[in-house]
Amino acid sequence: MDFAYSEEQRMLADSVGRFARDVYSFENWRKLSDTEDGFDRANWARMAELGWLGACLPEEYGGLNGGGVEAMVIAEAFGRGLIQEPYMWTAIVGAGLVLAGGSAAQRTALLPAIAEGRLILSLASAEPQSRFDLNDVACSAKAEGGGYVLSGHKSVVFHAQSADRLIVAARTGGGQRDRDGISLFLVPAQADGLTRRDYRTTDRRRASDLTFYGVRLGPDALLGPPGGGLPLLEQAVDRGTAFACAEAVGAMAVLNEATLAYVKTRRQFGRAIGDFQVIQHRLVDMMAALEEARSLALVAAVRLDAPAPERARAVAAAKAKAGQSGRFVGQQAIQLHGGMGMTDELSVGHYYKRLMMLDVLFGNADHQRQRFAAMG
Amino acid sequence: MDLEYSAAERAFREEVRAFIKTALPDDLRRRAGQTQHLDREDYLAWQRILHARGWGAPSWPVELGGTGWTPAQRHIFDEECAEAGAPPQLPFGLAMVGPVIATYGTEAQKARFLPRIVAGLDWWCQGYSEPGSGSDLASLKTRAETDGDDYVVNGHKIWTTQAHFADWMFCLVRTDGSGKPQDGITFLLIDMKTPGITVRPIISIDGAHSLNEVFFDNVRVPRDNRVGEEGRGWTYAKFLLGNERTSIAGVAASKKRLHRLKEIARAEFAGGRPLIENLPFRDRIAQAEIDLMALEFTNLRVLADESAGKGPGPEASLLKILGTNLQQAINELAVEALGYYANPYEALHDGDNRSPVGPVHAEGLMEAHLYFRAASIYGGSNEIQRNVIAKMVLGL
Repeated sequence: MDFAYSEEQRMLADSVGRFARDVYSFENWRKLSDTEDGFDRANWARMAELGWLGACLPEEYGGLNGGGVEAMVIAEAFGRGLIQEPYMWTAIVGAGLVLAGGSAAQRTALLPAIAEGRLILSLASAEPQSRFDLNDVACSAKAEGGGYVLSGHKSVVFHAQSADRLIVAARTGGGQRDRDGISLFLVPAQADGLTRRDYRTTDRRRASDLTFYGVRLGPDALLGPPGGGLPLLEQAVDRGTAFACAEAVGAMAVLNEATLAYVKTRRQFGRAIGDFQVIQHRLVDMMAALEEARSLALVAAVRLDAPAPERARAVAAAKAKAGQSGRFVGQQAIQLHGGMGMTDELSVGHYYKRLMMLDVLFGNADHQRQRFAAMG
Repeated sequence: MDLEYSAAERAFREEVRAFIKTALPDDLRRRAGQTQHLDREDYLAWQRILHARGWGAPSWPVELGGTGWTPAQRHIFDEECAEAGAPPQLPFGLAMVGPVIATYGTEAQKARFLPRIVAGLDWWCQGYSEPGSGSDLASLKTRAETDGDDYVVNGHKIWTTQAHFADWMFCLVRTDGSGKPQDGITFLLIDMKTPGITVRPIISIDGAHSLNEVFFDNVRVPRDNRVGEEGRGWTYAKFLLGNERTSIAGVAASKKRLHRLKEIARAEFAGGRPLIENLPFRDRIAQAEIDLMALEFTNLRVLADESAGKGPGPEASLLKILGTNLQQAINELAVEALGYYANPYEALHDGDNRSPVGPVHAEGLMEAHLYFRAASIYGGSNEIQRNVIAKMVLGL
């Protein structure tokens, strides 16, 4: 056993950490999150240049051959900086699906483009009725004329307005909640018959609800085996989930630091409020919540390449804890900042909103705990 | 970064498992599964078995008669011992006074006391708390006055675990009452057979006798039995508590208990179905299991820092809080799983041929639940641990 980062991982942490601190100051974040895309294409180009977009891709596709730990290093810094670029959707979930399920032609066409910053992907899997169940897919893809015709609704597709292609889960067979019969498709974001309702999210990102009105796809749009897309989707979503856990760890760390600094300076009753035991014990519990989440985020990152049951178990535990700890830390940070914690001006509330949305992402703490329990 | 066990570590696990399988006597295993409070000879017998194999002191360096194991090896060893149902190793010598003597004691003290701890020849008890000094330990009043080559000790210690089994006590006494309370404390090693010592039992809420009061009436302790300098005992006491907190997380034992809880939940029924399929109960078990995973890896992270020469720092207090909360949660769930059969409370004695009332798996669960209410109090209450972290880690 070894808990230390390698030299390369430490260098990566330094470089992403600097980016989060300097380029993504809170003022810059606020400006960025008000732009049309909600992120900066210049940052995207820089992420490509620094190799981050290909950090978890094999070298043959222009990647750096990293794994779960490299993703965790990046995610934690992204969590600290509230970084808005569609990195996780493109470089972790999207790239993971193409790598694991794509044909040789798809891999060669798409993966280097991801690494070079020329391709933004997103995932359209959730539907109005599905909640967090990946197997609950009503959206249909009917085989027709050698290709497919896609119809149905997809919910809360992040960065759909900026994406070049969407990876869409649709039924080519089976009933609405069957594990079999789900296929994945690469759909151009500007396809005919696809309409978008764009909106801002609670944490100032961009997302869309999508409707597919008989969108025609060629045979080469299929990603992975027909009807056998669910295991691929589960694996890619587990990667995204582990990333979200580490992002939550970064966000919690910022809140704990900010709250600690605040209680040392804010004075009431003639002394710093950090002198009061009731405040001190709360901060200790916030620290404990963070360290528990960090330990499990680490386990999830390291087990991403383990066999599916072991991987899923580690990820479910980590996400359950990240959700619980994130809400606790976020709420206590607002509480201990008092009225200031309620202001839009301070970053605290924005970190809390991010932690709330990270809890929902890929299934909240209750969902993950139930998933964990069902594994025995 | 690698959280999996290496081939060598997996082989080590097999070696430990095979050894325990042959070396742990069946009757000892049975008794250890039934109660939190074994007899003196049961604990010492297991320590001697481990010592004979060279494994008497898993957390000590080789030069002190320890194994020199890595944190991962210690973790594996703890897991295998717990899983096999072996009695716990006594913490008083190995985790508490041993490291203090090794760090601050004289060569003569090391030679005299350390080998006997590893060999399971001496039983140590901890003379810290007093009736008026619990969480505020530094206010202790038991005093030691110099008289020739001896200290003469008078006073009253309380909550002394297994003092009635002990050969020796490590004891905090006041040698100076003039300055700050922390400054006048001295760390003495006291032979429990010395005239003037009276041990009186305290029965705890589980009905058992593990706790005691210890009275000192002009007890003569040779100066040679003082550890370190006079008046510096508080430093040694804090060092000891830091070590105790890492071993107090109890990850391996909690794993075993959680495993047992799930078996019980499979055997009990609710609404005509196994209790483990009852969603609210299943959810609570899952929460405990997730908390346990988090604790396990937090513990390993702290141990890794320690072996890198960084610890055990005040972060160990965090392990004490999380570990004891979890022990209590698991023990409480086990009792809840029993439903009505949480009621019978009657230990069968060896030689009693009747079967126990209720399911066999109920045995000892209420006793454990009641006993473990002490976990968030002993070793520095969890409130005190929060004070320690707030001060030492957060700088508040």
